[in-house]
Amino acid sequence: MSALAQALRRHPELMVAAVLVVAVLAIGAINPVFWQPSNIFSLLRASVITGILALAVLMVMLSGGIDVSFPAFAIAAMYLTIKAMIAWEFDGVLLPFLMASGIGLGLGLVNAAFVHYLRMIPLIVTLGTGTAVRGFLLGVVGTSQINIGQMPPLLIDFAKGEVLQVTQADGSAAGLSAMVLVYAAIALVVHLLLRHTMLGRGIYAMGGGVEAARRVGFNIRRITFVIYGLAGALAGFAGLLHGAMIWTANPRDMVGLELDVIAAVVLGGASIFGGRGTVIGTMLGVLTLVVITNSLIILGVDTTWQRVVVGLIVIAATAVTAWRDRKRLA
Amino acid sequence: MSGPLIELRNLGKSFGAVHALKDVSLAIGRGEIHCLAGENGSGKSTLIKIISGVNQPDRGEILIDGQPVQGMTPREAIARGVQVIYQDFSLFPNLTVAENLALSTELQAGRRLVSWGRVRRIAEEATRKLGVALELDALVETLPTAGKQLVAIARALMSDPRLLIMDEPTTALTGREVEALFRVVRDIQARGIAVLFVSHKMREMLEISERLTVIRSGEVVAAGPIAEFDEAKITRAMTGQEIAAEGYRWEGDAGGKPLLEVENLTLPGQLDDICFRLMPGEIVGISGLLGSGRTELAMALFGMKPGCQGRIRIDGRAVRLTCVQDAIAEGIAYVPEDRLTEGLFLSATIDRNMLATSHHRLSRFGVMQAGRAAEEAAGMIRAMAIATPTGNRPVTQLSGGNAQRVVIGRWLLNDPRILILNGPTVGVDVGSKAGIHRKIRELARNHGLGVLMISDDLPELVDNCNRILVLHRGRIVDQVEAAATTEAALSAQLGALQ
Repeated sequence: MSALAQALRRHPELMVAAVLVVAVLAIGAINPVFWQPSNIFSLLRASVITGILALAVLMVMLSGGIDVSFPAFAIAAMYLTIKAMIAWEFDGVLLPFLMASGIGLGLGLVNAAFVHYLRMIPLIVTLGTGTAVRGFLLGVVGTSQINIGQMPPLLIDFAKGEVLQVTQADGSAAGLSAMVLVYAAIALVVHLLLRHTMLGRGIYAMGGGVEAARRVGFNIRRITFVIYGLAGALAGFAGLLHGAMIWTANPRDMVGLELDVIAAVVLGGASIFGGRGTVIGTMLGVLTLVVITNSLIILGVDTTWQRVVVGLIVIAATAVTAWRDRKRLA
Repeated sequence: MSGPLIELRNLGKSFGAVHALKDVSLAIGRGEIHCLAGENGSGKSTLIKIISGVNQPDRGEILIDGQPVQGMTPREAIARGVQVIYQDFSLFPNLTVAENLALSTELQAGRRLVSWGRVRRIAEEATRKLGVALELDALVETLPTAGKQLVAIARALMSDPRLLIMDEPTTALTGREVEALFRVVRDIQARGIAVLFVSHKMREMLEISERLTVIRSGEVVAAGPIAEFDEAKITRAMTGQEIAAEGYRWEGDAGGKPLLEVENLTLPGQLDDICFRLMPGEIVGISGLLGSGRTELAMALFGMKPGCQGRIRIDGRAVRLTCVQDAIAEGIAYVPEDRLTEGLFLSATIDRNMLATSHHRLSRFGVMQAGRAAEEAAGMIRAMAIATPTGNRPVTQLSGGNAQRVVIGRWLLNDPRILILNGPTVGVDVGSKAGIHRKIRELARNHGLGVLMISDDLPELVDNCNRILVLHRGRIVDQVEAAATTEAALSAQLGALQ
């Protein structure tokens, strides 16, 4: 058994890969509709937003921290950006995404300041900032949903892009959203950052021991600010992309999403105590979570059970990682 | 070049009102193994921090190669050849050996990108320099303590140090591992690197070092070539008092009623037919190798091994000890081996730790009587001579010896009849150790407590027990009168069991 624990410690993505294969085979066997291109494409599309957010959380978790403020940051960045676009009668793609990422970055740096200078527990800091940002958004900016009619058309068009189209057996067409490429590009960048830069190794080192990281010469302050800032920026980016993909800007959206995202990251083999986790594992974790929760419908299970499943996945995945990371005596 | 490598002149350092260092002068020669000895709180750690640039001295000067150095930062200290290996090794358990070895070199070189080929080359060079074989792809957390230490040493050697400071390097090592470490240290010395060995273990200082400096309360109290010292002299210098070892004599009535009688206590695979008696006022030592069943015996008597067969009698009355509550109700107290994880609530105050087992007794209608509780805690802090102005401080601020007194004091508040101590002075200074021993003897002699003392520290058993049981593979294989044996005899006996 300890050989298995060691293999899991070394390659955290092994477990989630196995779970994903089993889940896919089981679901496909129960209802072959699962294997239709339209279903596969929609699952991939559904993992884009959760995936980008999960990459943000992965970086924070690797350093030994945690972030629960990102759904609030994402929605705030999205709603403020679209409000601004409407107010200034601006339409476009690049500038709005820069603005949303910028808003997220700023909010993330606030998290970093609390965590670094006041040495506060990240969970409490991000709970606080997340709640405050949500309250501010609803209380000061507005509560009304912006629907398709008012949404900036160029932004919607960007999110509608497809990279692959196939004709299915019944003659209908199915297309794969180009946003999958955006997600893949971000994942590649995060992977390169974590694996091949000193900054990335510093994040792992911090997760292994903050004091030890300081002693070998890592700049803990810089790393903390980069992690939380980057996580905020990714959240802002994902927020706007989310709005563009669903053609709506709802300031009350993404409530409770933090649990799904953290579940996916933990399922992907990352340790809640920091220092362990990979981009590929996180992506597999996201896909697994999306496949399982979204397939409940084609399995004929009431959608209200989705939350039960998410909760159970968190517990099961955490149990496995806890078993893997448990202190071995003697 | 001649002259010392590093010289400290009249260093002083205060933190607020605390004078951590008053006046310390010290010179370390090139390629010398120098030992810095002192009890906890003597200023050892502050001195290390000043030499390594973490803290700046308030007074005095540091000379390296005869040149005065001012305002030295940790980075400059490393550049000048000073490397510290901390007690906790400062490694990254979640990363591979190779990466642990290479990280600081890569950082020193100001790299921004990681080349895994280069990481491997650096790691290979590091292990070659130290002349040891390490599995470079293993995660550091999977290594034993001695292996982690080798990684830490190999990493330190990468920056071509001229002075290697090792802070309590032998604390978590077994005897054989200490021997191996000493070989490595001598090998390092042979390359002209000076080693400052910080320790409070006498035997090791005498074996490894060439010169010794003893500090107490921030001042140098003794210094010189190691040949001028022996154990007694070092102890005297460290503690400032004469600690005479004299055996404990039990003067009770051998024909009286035993306090505790254990008959045929058996737990398959762990304890095998254990029979012994403990009289009031006796201190009985339990000796044996690791895995001999000594801890299991203690746990069985404390109700933590419910599957035991056999009879246990207290005051002649048969008792069943199937849970900790049973044992406490029968007046048994247990001070565990690892007080940090098993004995103390690290996030709580001294008072709260002290009162942890007294809540029931001090409560009326389920509400704790705060006044009485505070009184009792304060009384025990005085009785155990715990060095703290108030019980309201975090228990983590106490030194090892004082923390151990908190755990013992906690149990004494419940007026136990039988006290089981497992490694009562592990990690405790010589001075505090003597204080704890005095207290234990006094409790046995004056209050009729029966004490079972489990320890690896053979002199501790010989000096404090009137009788010693030798355990091996779950059986009592011998029973000796402490007065009739010596540490050497006992050590030989244990060695023969291996």
